[in-house]
Parts: sequence; structure tokens; C-alpha cells
Amino acid sequence: MSFINLREKIVQVKIVYYGPGRGGKTTNLEYINRKFSKQIQSEMVSLKTHGDRTLFFDFLPFDMGQIKGYELKIQLYTVPGQVKYNATRKLVLKGVDGIVFVADAQEQMREKNIRSLNQLHENLLGYKESIFRIPLVLQYNKVDLRNQGIPILPTSVINKDLNSKLKVPYFEASALTGYNVPETLKKIISSTVVSIQKKLL
Amino acid sequence: MNYGVVSQEQLEKIDEILTEKLIKIGVDCVIIIDMAGNIITAKDNGTTKYDVYSFAALAAGNFATVDAMAKLVGEQEFSLLFHKGTDCNIHFSKIDDELLLISMFGREISLGFLRLNVVETIEQIKKLWARD
Ligand SMILES: Nc1nc2c(ncn2[C@@H]2O[C@H](COP(=O)(O)OP(=O)(O)OP(=O)(O)O)[C@@H](O)[C@H]2O)c(=O)[nH]1
Ligand SMILES: [Mg+2]
Repeated sequence: MSFINLREKIVQVKIVYYGPGRGGKTTNLEYINRKFSKQIQSEMVSLKTHGDRTLFFDFLPFDMGQIKGYELKIQLYTVPGQVKYNATRKLVLKGVDGIVFVADAQEQMREKNIRSLNQLHENLLGYKESIFRIPLVLQYNKVDLRNQGIPILPTSVINKDLNSKLKVPYFEASALTGYNVPETLKKIISSTVVSIQKKLL
Repeated sequence: MNYGVVSQEQLEKIDEILTEKLIKIGVDCVIIIDMAGNIITAKDNGTTKYDVYSFAALAAGNFATVDAMAKLVGEQEFSLLFHKGTDCNIHFSKIDDELLLISMFGREISLGFLRLNVVETIEQIKKLWARD
């Protein structure tokens, strides 16, 4: 749930990057942190293991400037993707306004993407939210691996797996090179802002 | 209170209470956040500056984690959440199911005195919402 401060005219919006372990959620935020440093006032917070896996979450506050007289503060979070961390994933989803689902487009990850998306659906139900109503963007990440001859799912296939019922915006991306990382971010911010405006009217 | 949106008037009254009850007794910084990690309001003594947005995200996570652990061992909640340092201490207190009050204070204040004032602060804030 976004929080609106009418006195200081600040809107805080929570966007969560969700998806299977090693899919590239943290890499998305790291790219955003480097690329948009002007819009980021504080350090990225990463609660991680020694092996650089997300343990609890990453947090990156992102200033969008003014929209209709309100200052928009986007709070970007990632969840830990490893299967065993579902309890913490649920905690991070508390009060979420918009979600980027980062799928790993490698062929061998097909099942894991589907399982992770199904669990997102269940976790949202726990907060009386619905995956069909919440602003959601899908990202099919790691497509750069195609150039190295690693089998990558065709977008039509992965889209059929994950998006045939949801029918939400989706992007092929490479969090490593930044390909479509800003586009994914812009899309989720605009969908989320539209949805918040609707709720307020 | 219509949760999610707080009126200007409500915020000003809350800030007054926080200043009167906590900042004036020597608390360095006090923040009200919701369980999602949003900041409702933050007050400091003018000399201490923290990165309150990161702080709120971590504090909400910290509180949620301890709360989840409490449930695992069959407790409703652990009512006291307190971190003690050499120069700075952090005290968490639940206002209601959605809101948390966090106080950061130094060596000059005892935990007991702080808790007393926190309890009164929360009572006053709750009264304020009950009236509106
Ligand atoms: N080739 C390639 N590698 C990527 C890409 N995105 C992430 N990686 C790599 O994949 C690994 C995992 O990336 P992370 O960003 O840590 O993945 P995560 O989703 O945060 O993983 P968890 O924190 O465990 O949930 C790292 O070695 C990244 O460098 C990409 O677009 N292309
Ligand atoms: Mg990660």
C-alpha cells in the first residue's frame, strides 16, 4: 500500500522484483543504481549471504521527481529467490504496490519460473491481493546468453508459460548489460502510478 | 484515520506529540513507519541526521522478522524490541497492527524513562485518531 503524505506532498510507492533464485533481480537493481545515480540519494542496501545471494532483500530508493505536484519516491525491493526463503519473500511483499517478475530465460529454468510465479500468486493471496489485479510486468532476463550458444527459451514459449492468463506487459532483457532494464522499470512505475491514482479517485 | 493517507492536520498534531513527549526529553530521532516500510513521519533533534528511508525499510524488515519468529514459538508477539549500542540505542514499539514507532536515543536517557514516554506518546496518538 502506497503511503501519501499530504503535508509534504510525498507519495511513497513500493515496487518488488520477484522471481526464481539467480534470475537477476539484484542485478537489475545494481544496474539501476549505477545508471540513475542522480535520482538515487542513498546507498543501496543489500542483505545478502557471503555468496552474494539475497538473504532478505535489496532496497533502493529512487526519486522520480514531481508528478501532479507530488514528489514520487519509488522504493525498489528484491526478494530472495531461493526456494527455502519463502517466509522472507512473503515479508517483503507486505504492502507491495507493483511487481516486476524477473524470469530466467534459460531453457533449463523453465520449470522454476513457473513454480516461482505460482508461489507469487499464493503469497499475494495471503495479503488478500491478486496477481490479476496488482500492477505487474514480466521480464525475460539473460537473453544475452543466446550469443554464447546457451539455450534460451523463445519469447513466445516463455510468454505462453507465464503470461497466457495474466496478459501483462513483458520485456526480453539482460540485467547484466542493462538491455530493457530501464524500460521494465519505467513500465512498472507508470502502471503502478496509474493504479494508485485510480484507487484515490 | 484513513490508513494510507494522513491529513496535514493529523500529521502536525502527531509531530507536536513526538516533539513534546520524545524529542524534548532527549531522544535523537523518532520515526513512525508502517509495516511495509513507508515513513509516516520523522522528527529529529536537529543535530542527528539518518538516512531515514533505508532505515525504515530495514526496521520494517527487522520487526516483521522478529514478529514471525514470535509466532513460530507460539507467542502473540515479543512486546519489547530494543537494540543497545555504546552511543546509540534503538527502541521499537507497535502503535497498532499497521504502525511502528521507532526511537533512537543516546546514553543520557534510561530505557525505563524512554518506555514510559513512548507509552504515553502512543496513547496520545491513538486518541487523536479515535477522535477524527
Ligand atoms: N548472462 C547474464 N547473467 C546474468 C544476468 N542477470 C544476472 N546474471 C547473473 O546471474 C547471477 C545471479 O544474479 P542475481 O542478480 O544475484 O540474481 P537474484 O535473482 O538476485 O538471485 P537471488 O538473490 O538468489 O534470488 C549473477 O552471477 C549475475 O551476474 C543477465 O542478464 N545475463
Ligand atoms: Mg538477489
